Amino acid sequence: MRWISAVLLSVFVGAVWANDVGQVKVTKGVAHVEREGTRMPVVVGMPIRQSDKLVTGADGTVGVTFADNSLLSVGPNSALVVDKFAFNASTHEGQFDASLQRGTLAVISGKMVKQSPDAMRIRTPASILGVRGTEFVVKVADPGA
Amino acid sequence: MTARTTVCVVLALLACSCATPVREETVVVLPGPDGKSGTVVVQREGARQVLDAPYAANVVRGDGSLQGSRASEQQVAASFGTTLAALPARPTTFLLYFITAKDELTSESTAALDKVLADMRARPVPDIAVTGHTDTVGTSEYNDRLSMQRAERVKGFLTGIGIPSDRIQTAGRGKRELLVPTADNIDEPRNRRVEINVR
Repeated sequence: MRWISAVLLSVFVGAVWANDVGQVKVTKGVAHVEREGTRMPVVVGMPIRQSDKLVTGADGTVGVTFADNSLLSVGPNSALVVDKFAFNASTHEGQFDASLQRGTLAVISGKMVKQSPDAMRIRTPASILGVRGTEFVVKVADPGA
Repeated sequence: MTARTTVCVVLALLACSCATPVREETVVVLPGPDGKSGTVVVQREGARQVLDAPYAANVVRGDGSLQGSRASEQQVAASFGTTLAALPARPTTFLLYFITAKDELTSESTAALDKVLADMRARPVPDIAVTGHTDTVGTSEYNDRLSMQRAERVKGFLTGIGIPSDRIQTAGRGKRELLVPTADNIDEPRNRRVEINVR
């Protein structure tokens, strides 16, 4: 029974969202998405998927909305990987893991964090941030700075 | 004398950054629109710090030490202003209400659809999440189905006023998220609603 509902659920989620977990709403300057070995310039309206890496140049910024209303932006000279994003729109259960490798990040958490306080985690080279429903910013300094 | 001291300090910092691969990291919790903040828990090699007030900050120094502090609004603007400016606009929420056990909107809610359209026009690449909710009359399964039907019905209204259907996702929350908390099997009109998020 559990197996059947899991299969039904995955079909349902697949039909609604395909592989897209978010969408680029804002971008300026030089910014790329690295996906499965390819490198694409970021444009407004572009879908974001799990495992995507957002990379910005010295003048680049990107702002993304996610399926659970999470909002996220990366500043100049930044690299952010969307490690995992899963969200069930009926139960609001899910998991959102992202890694800021360098640069700056701003986050406004969404619906899944309201449902389960530890659903969102941001990793940096030195730390793990557990997000319990809030807005915050993170900076990982350039090694040469 | 002063100049010499300064040089020493700079050299010490350079030596320090060469010796340790750890980069300085900063986390600052910001106030939300209501002026309050939520919580971020920062963990690093066993050390743990809870940031639960506006502008509460955590700074990991280049030498690996974890220390708490407080950032000022000016410091946040200087370090993160460009990044914060790139945040997408917050989603707008509209609530539409339904007649008991039907998937028909109340007349006020039908009029509200125009506001959704106006909000969408103000956004660069809008997409819409439509989430149906029910009151507590009936089983969970029944209400899951009914809430999805309501969401689909609203999607129909939205496509009817010209919004492309591939810009709209629907979901049914059933009776999991009551706007007005009630016991089971209570007919509560304010719980029979569809939430529209334009983002």
